[in-house]
This record gives sequence, structure tokens and C-alpha cells, in this order.
Amino acid sequence: MTPVPFRRALVVAGGLLLLPAPSHAHLMNTGLGPFYDGVSHFTLTPEDLLPALALALLAGQRGSRTGRLALFALSLAWLAGGLAGLTFPANRSATALTTVSFLALGGLVAADARLRPEWVTGLALVLGILHGYLNGAAMSQAKLGALGLVGIVTALFVAVTLVAALVVALRAPWARVAVRVTGSWIAAIGLLLLGWSFRAA
Amino acid sequence: MKRARAVLLTFAATLWPALAWAHVEKGRAEGLIAGLRHPISGLDHVLAMVSVGLWGAQLGAPAVWLLPVTFPMVMAFGGMLGLIGVPLPGVEVGIAISGILLGVAVLAEWRPPLWAASVIVGFFAVFHGHAHGTELPPGGSGLLYSAGFVMATGTLHAIGIGIGVTHRWGWGRVAMRVVGGLVASAGAFFLWRAVA
Repeated sequence: MTPVPFRRALVVAGGLLLLPAPSHAHLMNTGLGPFYDGVSHFTLTPEDLLPALALALLAGQRGSRTGRLALFALSLAWLAGGLAGLTFPANRSATALTTVSFLALGGLVAADARLRPEWVTGLALVLGILHGYLNGAAMSQAKLGALGLVGIVTALFVAVTLVAALVVALRAPWARVAVRVTGSWIAAIGLLLLGWSFRAA
Repeated sequence: MKRARAVLLTFAATLWPALAWAHVEKGRAEGLIAGLRHPISGLDHVLAMVSVGLWGAQLGAPAVWLLPVTFPMVMAFGGMLGLIGVPLPGVEVGIAISGILLGVAVLAEWRPPLWAASVIVGFFAVFHGHAHGTELPPGGSGLLYSAGFVMATGTLHAIGIGIGVTHRWGWGRVAMRVVGGLVASAGAFFLWRAVA
């Protein structure tokens, strides 16, 4: 084997440093594959996580039947919206949607709004389709595909199940109040987010 | 020589970027930490927010949870006004007066109607939000700054409510009134500093 001159080796090594590699737009990369990238995307993205948790709190406040309906409606709608986003991606800003989600869902939780199960399910469908669509569009850009979306929906399903079940089980008055306080915090974040969006505009 | 070359090549290979991160989200942790730190960075804010919890604990249910719910929401509204550029005159004076008034309320165990207590707390929350809700460090995430800001504020209320548990004992009631007096005194100092 012919020895490589030292200077040439250095040039080759320097060239390797400049080599472009795959780019990942706005998504987590765990190195564990697209499924876990999707899981980490959901758990580390407050724009998606907080509205989903707010809906889980709202559904849990209204009891186990509403919780079950909202859980499946939200997950399936998120999946359907995500598939639509993967198929027909569009580069849309999520700021307005995030702000409205925070304000509306946080406000309803803070008010302990006595919504009928159909209304909560409807909210879950709307939330799931819109946020899912944005997730799917981002997945399409990052070329993560449907497996990443499955990771997101799996994480969503688990998180919403746990939170809604926890709230349904709460009996102590102070614990119910703590849920409402959490809702008020989410709505407060939404109000500030509204201000940030005006400042950015 | 061969060994040195191999070491150098290996070192160069470790610097090879495996992935190029386009549009990577930056400033998120920075925004959250800044938001968490901001409400506790000024004694005037800390005293007012803890006092809200103390006063709520003295008033009992439903004020004990209504006031801490009112404060962050109206404070966020004040922050939003600041962000969209609505001027609010006398912000520092308003913050100082909030300390005086809340301290006196705790000192005197004042029991106004619930709506009046909510209006008082909400009114002064606007000043706190306007002053602190807009000071995001450059490059930080506005969403996570807001989340940290609201969580820190709520935690200060919770500390006040936690201290207020002592209200059930005689010595605790006295201690809380003393704390109220100290908060009012500090508020007077802050007012003097704001107008001097």
C-alpha cells in the first residue's frame, strides 16, 4: 500500500469537514430513527405539547366518557391531519394557531367550562387536524415520512391518556383548583404569545 | 511519524459534522431560563407576588385560588400591552404601590368583597406584566420566555399560599401580619426610590 503524503491527507481531512450532509428543518434528531424523532418532537415542542395537554385537562375535567372520546378523536384527527400534511405540504406559520389554541383551551380549563362531550370532541378534532397538518408538513420537508408521524401520535396518545386519566381521578378540591390554575397559566402564555406575534409582525 | 499522522487524521475525522442542522431551533432554553429568572430578579415583584398568595390564604376559598388565577392572566395582558407598544405611565410607581397596598391588606387582614380583591390584584398585575413581560433576551424564544415567566410568577404565589397555611395557628396569623407590614414598608421604600 502506497503511503499517503501527510499534506495530502490533511487536505483530504479538511475537505471532509466541509462536506455537506443531510439537513433537518425544525425537527428533532435523536439518532434513533424517525419514530423516536417523532416522539421527541412532540415531547420537546411546547407549541404542540401544551395545547394537547390543555385539551387533556379539559376532557378530564368533564369526566371519563368525555376523556375517552377526546382521546381517540384527538389522536385520530392528528394522524389524519398529519397524513394530509405529508401528502399536501404547505409552508404555513403556526403562530396564530398556537396562540388561539393556548388562549381558547387554557381559558376553558381555567373557567372549568361545563362543555358537553360532543363539544370537547369537536375541539379535539379541530385541534388534531390543524396541529397534525402542520406536523405532517414539517415531516414532509424533513423527509421523516409517516413513521415520524406515528411517533408523534403515539407520544400524543400516551400523554393525553395519562393526563386526562389523572384529572378524572382527582377528587380533592385543591387538586381540581390546581388543574384550573394550570389552565390559567396556559391562557396567560397565549396572551403573551399574542403580544410576541404583534411585535414580530 | 506514521503514528502521528494517524492520530491527526483520526482527530480530523472526529471534527467531521455528521449532520448539518438547517433552521435548528435556537434560544429555547435561554428563553425559558430568562423567563423563570425574571420575576425573581427584582424584590419589588417577589414581595408583591408572594403577598398575593398570602392575602389569598387569609381570605380563604374561593379567593385563595381566584387571586392567583387572576394575577398571572391579567399580568400577561399587561405584558401583551407592552409587547404591542401600548405605553403605560408610572409603571415603577404602580409596582411600588402594589407592594404597599398588598402589604397593608395582609397586615390588616383586610376582607373586601371578592370582586374588589380581584380588581385590586388585577389592576396592579398590569403594571408587573408591562414591566417584565417584554424583556426577552435577543435570540430567545418568546413562547418559552412567556412560559417561564408565568410559571415563576405562579410559583411565587404558591409560596405565598404555602406560607399562608400557618394562618390556622395564632402565631402564624401574627407572623403573617408582620410579614405584611414588612412588605408594605418595602413598598414604601420602592415608591420613594421610584419618585426620588
